[in-house]
Amino acid sequence: MHELSIIQSIIDTVETEVTRKGGSYRVEAVVLQIGTLAGVETGSLEFLWPAAVQNTLLDGAECQIEIVPGTAVCSDCGTGFSMINYFDPCPNCRSHLINVQTGEELKIKTIELCAQPADVPATATN
Amino acid sequence: MCATCGCAGDGHQLKAFLPGARPRSFAGLKLSNSDHSPANSELRTANSELRTANSELRTANSELRTANSKLVVDIERDILDKNNRLAERNRGYFEAKNIVALNMVSSPGSGKTSILERTLADKGREMAFFIVEGDQQTSRDAERIAAGGAPVVQVNTGKGCHLEAEMVHQAIRQLQPTENSVVVIENVGNLVCPSMFDLGESKRVVVISITEGEDKPLKYPDMFHTSQLCIINKIDLLPYLKFDVEALKTFALQVNPGLEFIELSATSGEGMNQWYAWIKKQQTASHFSK
Repeated sequence: MHELSIIQSIIDTVETEVTRKGGSYRVEAVVLQIGTLAGVETGSLEFLWPAAVQNTLLDGAECQIEIVPGTAVCSDCGTGFSMINYFDPCPNCRSHLINVQTGEELKIKTIELCAQPADVPATATN
Repeated sequence: MCATCGCAGDGHQLKAFLPGARPRSFAGLKLSNSDHSPANSELRTANSELRTANSELRTANSELRTANSKLVVDIERDILDKNNRLAERNRGYFEAKNIVALNMVSSPGSGKTSILERTLADKGREMAFFIVEGDQQTSRDAERIAAGGAPVVQVNTGKGCHLEAEMVHQAIRQLQPTENSVVVIENVGNLVCPSMFDLGESKRVVVISITEGEDKPLKYPDMFHTSQLCIINKIDLLPYLKFDVEALKTFALQVNPGLEFIELSATSGEGMNQWYAWIKKQQTASHFSK
Protein backbone atom coordinates (compact mmCIF):
# COMPACT_ATOMS: atom_id res chain seq x y z
CA MET A 1 0.00 0.00 0.00
CA HIS A 2 2.89 2.40 -0.59
CA GLU A 3 0.60 4.48 -2.81
CA LEU A 4 -1.05 5.70 0.39
CA SER A 5 2.34 6.80 1.75
CA ILE A 6 2.93 8.57 -1.55
CA ILE A 7 -0.35 10.50 -1.24
CA GLN A 8 0.47 11.34 2.38
CA SER A 9 3.79 12.83 1.24
CA ILE A 10 1.97 14.86 -1.41
CA ILE A 11 -0.49 16.16 1.19
CA ASP A 12 2.38 17.18 3.51
CA THR A 13 4.24 19.04 0.77
CA VAL A 14 1.18 20.82 -0.65
CA GLU A 15 -0.19 21.81 2.77
CA THR A 16 3.18 23.27 3.74
CA GLU A 17 3.32 25.19 0.47
CA VAL A 18 -0.22 26.57 0.77
CA THR A 19 0.19 27.49 4.42
CA ARG A 20 3.40 29.32 3.60
CA LYS A 21 1.61 31.41 0.97
CA GLY A 22 -0.74 32.73 3.64
CA GLY A 23 -4.25 33.92 2.79
CA SER A 24 -7.12 31.64 2.01
CA TYR A 25 -6.69 29.25 -0.92
CA ARG A 26 -8.52 26.24 -2.14
CA VAL A 27 -6.37 23.61 -3.89
CA GLU A 28 -8.04 22.92 -7.23
CA ALA A 29 -5.55 20.54 -8.76
CA VAL A 30 -2.24 18.82 -8.12
CA VAL A 31 -0.16 17.95 -11.19
CA LEU A 32 2.16 14.98 -10.72
CA GLN A 33 4.88 13.56 -12.96
CA ILE A 34 5.24 9.81 -12.55
CA GLY A 35 7.64 7.72 -14.58
CA THR A 36 6.74 4.22 -15.74
CA LEU A 37 9.77 2.87 -13.82
CA ALA A 38 8.97 4.74 -10.60
CA GLY A 39 7.23 1.75 -9.04
CA VAL A 40 3.92 3.51 -8.52
CA GLU A 41 0.63 2.05 -9.68
CA THR A 42 -1.12 5.19 -10.97
CA GLY A 43 -4.54 3.48 -11.03
CA SER A 44 -4.13 2.66 -7.37
CA LEU A 45 -3.09 6.25 -6.64
CA GLU A 46 -6.15 7.66 -8.41
CA PHE A 47 -8.42 5.20 -6.63
CA LEU A 48 -7.09 6.09 -3.18
CA TRP A 49 -6.86 9.83 -3.82
CA PRO A 50 -10.40 11.03 -2.96
CA ALA A 51 -10.48 9.16 0.34
CA ALA A 52 -6.90 9.97 1.31
CA VAL A 53 -7.20 13.74 0.84
CA GLN A 54 -10.43 14.04 2.82
CA ASN A 55 -10.30 16.60 5.61
CA THR A 56 -7.05 18.04 4.33
CA LEU A 57 -6.37 21.22 2.36
CA LEU A 58 -6.46 19.02 -0.74
CA ASP A 59 -10.03 17.89 -0.15
CA GLY A 60 -11.80 18.06 -3.51
CA ALA A 61 -8.62 18.76 -5.46
CA GLU A 62 -8.15 16.96 -8.74
CA CYS A 63 -5.14 14.67 -9.15
CA GLN A 64 -3.64 15.05 -12.63
CA ILE A 65 -0.94 12.56 -13.53
CA GLU A 66 1.56 13.08 -16.34
CA ILE A 67 3.12 9.73 -17.23
CA VAL A 68 6.81 9.89 -18.19
CA PRO A 69 7.90 6.99 -20.41
CA GLY A 70 11.19 5.18 -19.74
CA THR A 71 14.22 5.90 -21.91
CA ALA A 72 17.82 4.79 -21.63
CA VAL A 73 21.21 5.14 -23.28
CA CYS A 74 23.43 2.08 -23.76
CA SER A 75 26.75 2.42 -21.90
CA ASP A 76 28.48 0.12 -24.39
CA CYS A 77 27.40 1.47 -27.79
CA GLY A 78 25.66 4.76 -26.97
CA THR A 79 22.33 3.87 -28.56
CA GLY A 80 19.35 5.71 -27.10
CA PHE A 81 16.13 3.72 -26.80
CA SER A 82 12.82 3.54 -25.01
CA MET A 83 12.42 0.93 -22.29
CA ILE A 84 9.61 -0.63 -20.30
CA ASN A 85 11.54 -2.81 -17.82
CA TYR A 86 14.92 -2.51 -16.12
CA PHE A 87 15.96 -5.76 -17.78
CA ASP A 88 15.32 -4.50 -21.31
CA PRO A 89 18.60 -4.84 -23.23
CA CYS A 90 20.01 -2.35 -25.73
CA PRO A 91 18.21 -3.06 -29.03
CA ASN A 92 21.46 -2.51 -30.94
CA CYS A 93 24.10 -4.55 -29.05
CA ARG A 94 21.93 -6.46 -26.49
CA SER A 95 23.98 -5.08 -23.57
CA HIS A 96 22.35 -4.70 -20.16
CA LEU A 97 24.76 -1.95 -19.13
CA ILE A 98 22.28 0.84 -19.67
CA ASN A 99 21.83 4.28 -18.18
CA VAL A 100 18.22 5.14 -17.44
CA GLN A 101 17.50 8.68 -18.62
CA THR A 102 13.80 9.11 -17.91
CA GLY A 103 11.00 7.11 -16.34
CA GLU A 104 12.07 7.22 -12.68
CA GLU A 105 10.35 10.58 -12.04
CA LEU A 106 8.14 10.83 -8.97
CA LYS A 107 7.46 14.52 -8.72
CA ILE A 108 4.92 17.13 -7.77
CA LYS A 109 5.11 19.49 -10.73
CA THR A 110 2.59 22.23 -10.00
CA ILE A 111 -0.43 22.95 -7.86
CA GLU A 112 -3.40 25.05 -8.92
CA LEU A 113 -4.81 27.29 -6.25
CA CYS A 114 -7.94 29.39 -6.17
CA ALA A 115 -8.16 32.39 -3.89
CA GLN A 116 -11.11 32.12 -1.55
CA PRO A 117 -12.99 35.27 -0.58
CA ALA A 118 -13.09 35.36 3.19
CA ASP A 119 -16.92 35.39 3.32
CA VAL A 120 -17.42 32.30 1.17
CA PRO A 121 -16.82 29.10 3.11
CA ALA A 122 -14.97 26.29 1.37
CA THR A 123 -17.35 23.92 -0.36
CA ALA A 124 -17.20 20.45 1.07
CA THR A 125 -16.77 18.06 -1.80
CA ASN A 126 -16.71 14.34 -2.41
CA MET B 1 -7.37 -2.66 -8.21
CA CYS B 2 -6.56 -3.90 -4.75
CA ALA B 3 -6.49 -1.09 -2.23
CA THR B 4 -4.64 -3.14 0.35
CA CYS B 5 -1.40 -3.35 -1.54
CA GLY B 6 -2.15 -1.72 -4.88
CA CYS B 7 -1.97 -4.95 -6.87
CA ALA B 8 -3.79 -4.97 -10.15
CA GLY B 9 -5.08 -8.53 -9.95
CA ASP B 10 -7.58 -10.51 -7.97
CA GLY B 11 -7.01 -12.52 -4.84
CA HIS B 12 -6.70 -9.80 -2.26
CA GLN B 13 -9.39 -8.71 0.05
CA LEU B 14 -10.50 -5.13 -0.24
CA LYS B 15 -10.55 -4.94 3.50
CA ALA B 16 -9.31 -1.73 4.94
CA PHE B 17 -9.85 1.21 2.69
CA LEU B 18 -7.69 3.36 4.90
CA PRO B 19 -6.02 2.34 8.12
CA GLY B 20 -8.59 2.88 10.83
CA ALA B 21 -11.34 4.04 8.48
CA ARG B 22 -14.68 2.27 8.28
CA PRO B 23 -16.04 1.21 4.91
CA ARG B 24 -18.19 4.03 3.59
CA SER B 25 -20.91 4.10 1.01
CA PHE B 26 -20.65 6.15 -2.16
CA ALA B 27 -23.53 7.22 -4.39
CA GLY B 28 -26.01 4.97 -2.62
CA LEU B 29 -23.90 1.88 -3.24
CA LYS B 30 -22.50 -0.09 -0.35
CA LEU B 31 -18.77 -0.63 -0.48
CA SER B 32 -18.27 -4.34 -0.65
CA ASN B 33 -15.28 -5.45 1.33
CA SER B 34 -15.44 -9.05 0.31
CA ASP B 35 -13.78 -9.25 -3.09
CA HIS B 36 -12.93 -7.50 -6.34
CA SER B 37 -16.46 -8.03 -7.60
CA PRO B 38 -17.96 -6.23 -10.60
CA ALA B 39 -20.01 -4.26 -8.05
CA ASN B 40 -16.79 -2.66 -6.91
CA SER B 41 -15.94 -1.68 -10.43
CA GLU B 42 -19.43 -0.23 -10.87
CA LEU B 43 -18.93 1.57 -7.62
CA ARG B 44 -15.75 3.08 -8.89
CA THR B 45 -17.40 4.09 -12.15
CA ALA B 46 -20.27 5.64 -10.24
CA ASN B 47 -17.80 7.26 -7.94
CA SER B 48 -15.81 8.67 -10.81
CA GLU B 49 -19.01 9.96 -12.45
CA LEU B 50 -19.91 11.55 -9.18
CA ARG B 51 -16.51 13.16 -9.04
CA THR B 52 -16.89 14.44 -12.58
CA ALA B 53 -20.30 15.88 -11.75
CA ASN B 54 -18.88 17.29 -8.57
CA SER B 55 -16.01 18.84 -10.39
CA GLU B 56 -18.36 20.39 -12.97
CA LEU B 57 -20.40 21.79 -10.13
CA ARG B 58 -17.28 23.25 -8.59
CA THR B 59 -16.30 24.81 -11.88
CA ALA B 60 -19.71 26.40 -12.23
CA ASN B 61 -19.58 27.45 -8.62
CA SER B 62 -16.25 29.09 -8.95
CA GLU B 63 -17.27 30.89 -12.11
CA LEU B 64 -20.08 32.47 -10.13
CA ARG B 65 -17.65 33.93 -7.69
CA THR B 66 -16.47 37.29 -8.82
CA ALA B 67 -13.57 37.55 -6.43
CA ASN B 68 -11.90 34.34 -7.44
CA SER B 69 -8.51 34.23 -9.07
CA LYS B 70 -6.50 31.20 -10.15
CA LEU B 71 -2.91 30.69 -9.25
CA VAL B 72 -0.54 28.04 -10.55
CA VAL B 73 2.39 27.37 -8.24
CA ASP B 74 5.49 25.50 -9.44
CA ILE B 75 6.55 22.90 -6.92
CA GLU B 76 8.99 20.75 -8.96
CA ARG B 77 9.83 18.61 -5.98
CA ASP B 78 10.22 14.88 -5.52
CA ILE B 79 7.14 13.39 -3.90
CA LEU B 80 9.36 11.48 -1.47
CA ASP B 81 11.43 14.59 -0.81
CA LYS B 82 10.75 14.52 2.94
CA ASN B 83 11.74 10.85 3.25
CA ASN B 84 14.82 11.37 1.09
CA ARG B 85 16.00 14.32 3.17
CA LEU B 86 15.49 12.39 6.40
CA ALA B 87 17.35 9.45 4.88
CA GLU B 88 20.28 11.74 4.11
CA ARG B 89 20.29 12.87 7.74
CA ASN B 90 20.45 9.23 8.85
CA ARG B 91 23.24 8.63 6.34
CA GLY B 92 25.20 11.60 7.66
CA TYR B 93 24.89 10.27 11.19
CA PHE B 94 26.11 6.82 10.15
CA GLU B 95 28.96 8.31 8.16
CA ALA B 96 30.11 10.54 11.02
CA LYS B 97 30.30 7.56 13.37
CA ASN B 98 31.85 5.29 10.74
CA ILE B 99 28.89 2.92 10.98
CA VAL B 100 28.06 0.42 8.25
CA ALA B 101 24.28 0.50 7.89
CA LEU B 102 22.71 -2.36 5.95
CA ASN B 103 19.10 -2.40 4.77
CA MET B 104 18.08 -6.04 4.42
CA VAL B 105 15.12 -6.62 2.13
CA SER B 106 13.41 -9.77 0.84
CA SER B 107 10.13 -11.59 0.59
CA PRO B 108 8.79 -13.00 3.85
CA GLY B 109 10.47 -16.25 4.84
CA SER B 110 13.66 -16.04 2.83
CA GLY B 111 15.74 -16.12 6.01
CA LYS B 112 16.73 -12.56 6.92
CA THR B 113 16.31 -13.14 10.64
CA SER B 114 18.04 -16.52 10.52
CA ILE B 115 21.04 -15.01 8.73
CA LEU B 116 21.18 -12.31 11.40
CA GLU B 117 20.93 -14.83 14.24
CA ARG B 118 23.78 -16.85 12.79
CA THR B 119 25.83 -13.69 12.18
CA LEU B 120 25.39 -12.56 15.79
CA ALA B 121 26.27 -16.02 17.12
CA ASP B 122 29.42 -16.22 14.97
CA LYS B 123 30.63 -12.60 15.01
CA GLY B 124 28.76 -10.92 17.88
CA ARG B 125 31.87 -10.79 20.04
CA GLU B 126 34.14 -9.53 17.28
CA MET B 127 31.96 -6.77 15.86
CA ALA B 128 29.41 -4.51 17.48
CA PHE B 129 25.98 -5.07 15.95
CA PHE B 130 22.84 -2.96 16.43
CA ILE B 131 19.62 -4.24 14.92
CA VAL B 132 16.39 -2.59 13.77
CA GLU B 133 13.60 -5.09 13.15
CA GLY B 134 10.72 -4.07 10.91
CA ASP B 135 7.51 -6.11 10.91
CA GLN B 136 3.84 -5.31 10.59
CA GLN B 137 3.03 -6.91 13.93
CA THR B 138 4.63 -8.60 16.96
CA SER B 139 8.12 -8.38 18.41
CA ARG B 140 8.94 -12.04 17.75
CA ASP B 141 11.93 -11.24 15.53
CA ALA B 142 13.31 -8.75 18.04
CA GLU B 143 13.02 -11.40 20.76
CA ARG B 144 14.96 -13.87 18.59
CA ILE B 145 17.70 -11.29 18.02
CA ALA B 146 17.75 -10.13 21.65
CA ALA B 147 18.33 -13.73 22.70
CA GLY B 148 21.62 -13.50 20.80
CA GLY B 149 22.63 -10.53 22.93
CA ALA B 150 22.55 -7.68 20.40
CA PRO B 151 20.71 -4.42 21.11
CA VAL B 152 17.57 -4.42 18.99
CA VAL B 153 14.58 -2.13 18.40
CA GLN B 154 11.40 -3.52 16.90
CA VAL B 155 9.40 -1.23 14.63
CA ASN B 156 5.85 -2.35 13.99
CA THR B 157 4.45 -0.68 10.92
CA GLY B 158 0.85 -1.76 11.59
CA LYS B 159 -0.79 -1.78 8.17
CA GLY B 160 2.33 -0.28 6.57
CA CYS B 161 4.27 -2.49 4.19
CA HIS B 162 7.72 -0.89 4.46
CA LEU B 163 10.03 1.06 6.75
CA GLU B 164 10.53 4.77 6.18
CA ALA B 165 13.50 6.98 7.06
CA GLU B 166 11.58 8.57 9.95
CA MET B 167 10.99 5.17 11.61
CA VAL B 168 14.69 4.31 11.31
CA HIS B 169 15.57 7.74 12.71
CA GLN B 170 13.42 7.07 15.79
CA ALA B 171 14.81 3.55 16.20
CA ILE B 172 18.42 4.76 15.92
CA ARG B 173 17.81 7.39 18.60
CA GLN B 174 16.81 4.59 20.94
CA LEU B 175 19.55 2.20 19.88
CA GLN B 176 22.44 4.68 20.23
CA PRO B 177 24.84 2.66 18.07
CA THR B 178 28.53 3.03 18.91
CA GLU B 179 31.28 4.16 16.54
CA ASN B 180 32.59 1.66 13.98
CA SER B 181 29.60 -0.61 14.57
CA VAL B 182 27.31 -2.39 12.10
CA VAL B 183 23.64 -1.39 12.04
CA VAL B 184 21.41 -3.92 10.33
CA ILE B 185 17.92 -2.77 9.44
CA GLU B 186 15.72 -5.77 8.71
CA ASN B 187 12.97 -4.35 6.55
CA VAL B 188 9.38 -5.62 6.38
CA GLY B 189 9.24 -8.86 4.35
CA ASN B 190 8.00 -7.47 1.06
CA LEU B 191 9.76 -7.43 -2.28
CA VAL B 192 7.86 -4.43 -3.65
CA CYS B 193 7.28 -1.38 -1.46
CA PRO B 194 10.54 -1.14 0.55
CA SER B 195 12.47 -0.57 -2.69
CA MET B 196 11.09 2.97 -2.96
CA PHE B 197 12.12 4.18 0.47
CA ASP B 198 15.69 5.20 1.14
CA LEU B 199 16.46 4.73 4.83
CA GLY B 200 19.93 6.25 4.77
CA GLU B 201 21.64 2.86 4.53
CA SER B 202 25.21 2.41 3.28
CA LYS B 203 24.24 -0.67 1.28
CA ARG B 204 21.02 -2.44 0.42
CA VAL B 205 21.13 -6.23 0.67
CA VAL B 206 18.43 -8.29 -1.03
CA VAL B 207 18.00 -11.86 0.21
CA ILE B 208 16.49 -14.57 -1.96
CA SER B 209 16.20 -18.20 -0.92
CA ILE B 210 16.39 -21.10 -3.34
CA THR B 211 12.89 -22.19 -2.36
CA GLU B 212 11.71 -19.18 -4.37
CA GLY B 213 11.77 -18.92 -8.16
CA GLU B 214 14.87 -18.07 -10.21
CA ASP B 215 12.88 -15.43 -12.08
CA LYS B 216 12.14 -13.27 -9.02
CA PRO B 217 14.54 -10.55 -10.19
CA LEU B 218 12.49 -10.17 -13.36
CA LYS B 219 9.17 -10.26 -11.52
CA TYR B 220 10.27 -7.79 -8.85
CA PRO B 221 12.94 -5.78 -10.68
CA ASP B 222 12.84 -2.63 -8.52
CA MET B 223 14.25 -4.38 -5.46
CA PHE B 224 17.11 -6.00 -7.36
CA HIS B 225 17.76 -2.78 -9.28
CA THR B 226 18.25 -0.76 -6.09
CA SER B 227 20.34 -3.32 -4.14
CA GLN B 228 24.12 -3.69 -4.12
CA LEU B 229 24.39 -7.22 -2.72
CA CYS B 230 22.23 -10.29 -3.34
CA ILE B 231 22.41 -13.08 -0.77
CA ILE B 232 21.27 -16.45 -2.07
CA ASN B 233 20.17 -18.31 1.07
CA LYS B 234 19.31 -21.93 1.92
CA ILE B 235 21.90 -23.45 -0.43
CA ASP B 236 22.00 -26.51 1.86
CA LEU B 237 18.73 -27.46 0.12
CA LEU B 238 20.24 -27.39 -3.39
CA PRO B 239 20.45 -31.23 -3.70
CA TYR B 240 16.71 -31.50 -3.07
CA LEU B 241 15.40 -28.74 -5.31
CA LYS B 242 15.34 -27.89 -8.98
CA PHE B 243 16.87 -24.48 -8.61
CA ASP B 244 19.25 -22.99 -11.17
CA VAL B 245 21.54 -20.59 -9.31
CA GLU B 246 23.22 -19.43 -12.52
CA ALA B 247 19.85 -18.58 -14.09
CA LEU B 248 18.98 -16.49 -11.04
CA LYS B 249 22.26 -14.60 -11.34
CA THR B 250 21.76 -14.03 -15.06
CA PHE B 251 18.29 -12.61 -14.47
CA ALA B 252 19.47 -10.43 -11.59
CA LEU B 253 22.39 -9.07 -13.63
CA GLN B 254 20.01 -8.13 -16.42
CA VAL B 255 18.18 -5.90 -13.96
CA ASN B 256 21.32 -4.67 -12.22
CA PRO B 257 24.69 -5.36 -13.90
CA GLY B 258 26.58 -4.13 -10.80
CA LEU B 259 24.99 -6.57 -8.32
CA GLU B 260 27.30 -8.74 -6.18
CA PHE B 261 26.30 -12.26 -5.02
CA ILE B 262 26.99 -14.40 -1.97
CA GLU B 263 25.66 -17.95 -1.77
CA LEU B 264 25.18 -19.20 1.77
CA SER B 265 23.16 -21.23 4.21
CA ALA B 266 22.30 -19.78 7.58
CA THR B 267 21.43 -23.31 8.75
CA SER B 268 24.61 -25.18 7.77
CA GLY B 269 26.90 -22.14 7.96
CA GLU B 270 28.26 -22.72 4.45
CA GLY B 271 29.27 -19.45 2.76
CA MET B 272 28.76 -17.36 5.91
CA ASN B 273 32.45 -16.42 5.98
CA GLN B 274 32.06 -14.70 2.63
CA TRP B 275 29.25 -12.63 4.12
CA TYR B 276 31.37 -11.67 7.12
CA ALA B 277 34.24 -10.73 4.83
CA TRP B 278 31.87 -8.59 2.79
CA ILE B 279 30.71 -6.72 5.93
CA LYS B 280 34.34 -6.17 6.98
CA LYS B 281 35.12 -4.82 3.51
CA GLN B 282 32.32 -2.26 3.89
CA GLN B 283 33.83 -1.10 7.20
CA THR B 284 37.14 -0.29 5.58
CA ALA B 285 35.91 0.92 2.21
CA SER B 286 34.25 4.26 1.70
CA HIS B 287 30.86 2.64 1.82
CA PHE B 288 28.57 5.50 0.98
CA SER B 289 27.50 4.78 -2.53
CA LYS B 290 24.59 7.21 -2.77
